[in-house]
Amino acid sequence: MIDFLNSIIVLLNFIIIPGLSYGSQLALGALGVTFVYAILRFANFAHGEIMSFGAMITILLTWFFQSQNINLGILPTALLALPIGIIATIILCLISDKFVFQYYRYQKSVPVVLAMVSIGVMFVINAIIRIIIGTETIKFSDGQKFIMKAKQFKVMTGLNEGLALKSSQVITIFITIVLLSFTFWFLQKTKTGKSMRAFSDNEDLALLSGINPDRVVLITWMIVGVLACVAGSLYGLDKSYKPIIYLNLVLPVFASAIVGGIGNPFGAVVGGYVIAFSEIMITYAYKKFFVYILPGPLEPSGLVQLLSTDYKFAVSFTILVIVLLIRPSGIFKGRVL
Amino acid sequence: MMKFERYEWIAIAIMISLFIFVGFIQGWSVSLVILNMCIISAIMTMGVNISWGYAGVINFGVMGFLAMGGLAAVIVSYPPIREAWQVGGAGLGISLILLAMLVFAIMYINKVIVKKSSRYWINGIIIFLGIIIIRHFYLNATANIEDVNPALAGFLGGLGLPIIFSWFVGGLFAAGVAFVIGKVALGLRSDYLAIVTLGISEIVVSVLKHEEWLSRGVKNVIGLKRPVPYEIDLQNADWFINLITYLNSSKLNNVIDTNDKQELLNNLIIDGSGIFVKLSYAILFLIVMLIIFYFANKAQLSPWGRMMRAIRDNETAANAMGKDVVKQHLIIFVIGAAIVGVAGAMLVTLDGLFTPSGYRPLRFTFIIWIMVIVGGSGNNLGAIFGGFVIWFAWIEAAPLTTFIINQLTLGLEPTNALKVHLLDSVPYFRYLFMGLILLLILRYRPKGIIPERVRHS
Repeated sequence: MIDFLNSIIVLLNFIIIPGLSYGSQLALGALGVTFVYAILRFANFAHGEIMSFGAMITILLTWFFQSQNINLGILPTALLALPIGIIATIILCLISDKFVFQYYRYQKSVPVVLAMVSIGVMFVINAIIRIIIGTETIKFSDGQKFIMKAKQFKVMTGLNEGLALKSSQVITIFITIVLLSFTFWFLQKTKTGKSMRAFSDNEDLALLSGINPDRVVLITWMIVGVLACVAGSLYGLDKSYKPIIYLNLVLPVFASAIVGGIGNPFGAVVGGYVIAFSEIMITYAYKKFFVYILPGPLEPSGLVQLLSTDYKFAVSFTILVIVLLIRPSGIFKGRVL
Repeated sequence: MMKFERYEWIAIAIMISLFIFVGFIQGWSVSLVILNMCIISAIMTMGVNISWGYAGVINFGVMGFLAMGGLAAVIVSYPPIREAWQVGGAGLGISLILLAMLVFAIMYINKVIVKKSSRYWINGIIIFLGIIIIRHFYLNATANIEDVNPALAGFLGGLGLPIIFSWFVGGLFAAGVAFVIGKVALGLRSDYLAIVTLGISEIVVSVLKHEEWLSRGVKNVIGLKRPVPYEIDLQNADWFINLITYLNSSKLNNVIDTNDKQELLNNLIIDGSGIFVKLSYAILFLIVMLIIFYFANKAQLSPWGRMMRAIRDNETAANAMGKDVVKQHLIIFVIGAAIVGVAGAMLVTLDGLFTPSGYRPLRFTFIIWIMVIVGGSGNNLGAIFGGFVIWFAWIEAAPLTTFIINQLTLGLEPTNALKVHLLDSVPYFRYLFMGLILLLILRYRPKGIIPERVRHS
């Protein structure tokens, strides 16, 4: 019985909690990508850099608050900086729309041209971030680092395995729940949300019904800004902030959005968790788990690892390819590709 | 042979004068270094241009195909490591045979079992079991190989042939990978194809990074043999010394003192050997570029090229006319990738080393795409022009930025925090330039600087 509990704790500690927090970050990112895709109808390659920009502003403000000795006690100061970071990210989104994307929208360009344009925007934002903050790795989490340390848990329960709970993980999961419930409430219950869904479903019909496209686009960019900034900041808070990571992060984010069914907000969230859990589960070495759960003679000698952690990144894309082959519209029916 | 329009001649003149300008300002050695990379970039750009410009097939996997070309350079030219073959060759062979059996088993199952849901389950189980069995042999073999003299070798080595063969083999490698990708992913809508190819190229690079038995991984392969002479051999060769003396005879005659004369000659020989090596590379690369350019143009003007344009401009109509769109897309995707693979092998040949961790999407996929868009998709001369101009801008952005920042902050103290910070971030301004160039071109000249010629024939 004790062994069984120990094995469950191992899974919780190394798979479920990290998976939930990484999945939440991916889900928020994928939701932003899916919004742009559903309303503006293009694949936004700049999304990773928008996330990075939001995180950068949050970091700069965190430094400012720290220098002024303003803090939130046990909570990280970054939470105080986050709202202003969100506003800055929204402004960035609106500026990029006004000066770049709007023109192509009015021209009714094909999606692939808009994707190219977003690559141009990606380069520009990327450069701005590097010029302002450099390329170093930055850790900006402060306050109480752990809610529960592995040692505390061992003493508390008397088990062999410890369960560590980082405060950044709990904050990530909490904020994600709040933000997702708000987004879905907004889409389903408010008039603006309904008009956005109508616009995404059938643009011409929505225009005929008197929906103002510019307003829908404006609201979309605002939601995208909020989601991107929160996702970027939480990722930076949980791991550490490094500008180059966000370029690599954009691929799992896209994979999540497509796996869930692009253009479908619920699918994006599920896709985020699917990608995160499969990345972690396929590359985790299960030796410890099996040592607890199996009787002595059956215990494995190797690491019991399906793929080495080097291939973490490849896993998300393999899943993307498999999903596209088996079910091209994603798990939850998005747009047909 | 094709005739150039007037503005196309202007473009060619601009390209040539850029190098002469740099030659006079920064020295001929710098100019030739940039020229070599420009030619390689131009070949990559032509590869992408063939699939995107001719047929509208998007290929964001440039980085992966370049890396495959690089791998070919290693496998062709590195001397074989016999010991590694002895300890690991058998195990690798067994796992390869097992892998082939697994693939055939899956193909057989897909043929026999019609019901979709049970097919997926059986496939899943077989793949899972197969991977576990193969891993057993494979991991043993690779661990043995990687233990062979890890500081110097630790991989299988290559064939020990002249590296110039690898340019062809690199094309084949890239074509093979492209065939698999194309089978899987072509038929998706263009922006999804972009994401999928981008992802698969990341997978290719991460395999090269982590499979040390094959490519030596992040430990890098250095000291690949050159197709051109080494500087040190040139400096001791009589014919080369005579050549330099002859070329600089007027300069040497002005110096009267024999010691000074000898010193000047030595300096000239050292400079000259460097330039000679770079020039030999440039000539080799130029030959490859012109060959590819010639055939690319021939293909574009042929009935096949016309069919490709028809497919690009209206897929449904072309399909209705009986053209096999899926097959043609696959063909052109593979051809484009093969040309990129050639460029990848040339890149490694020029550097003399293979560093898998150096392949990054920003540098090796997106910049190439900017070259294609800026140069003009669908026009091979445009592709070359784009490759030259963008690489030139990429290199010369740093000196230019330093100059501009210095001018703008002329009034500030040298220790001023803002000035120091800006001068420290000079390398990042090139990304800003690239983004702005792409955005401006897409806005004001969406068909590129040298647009595709519309033919009415």
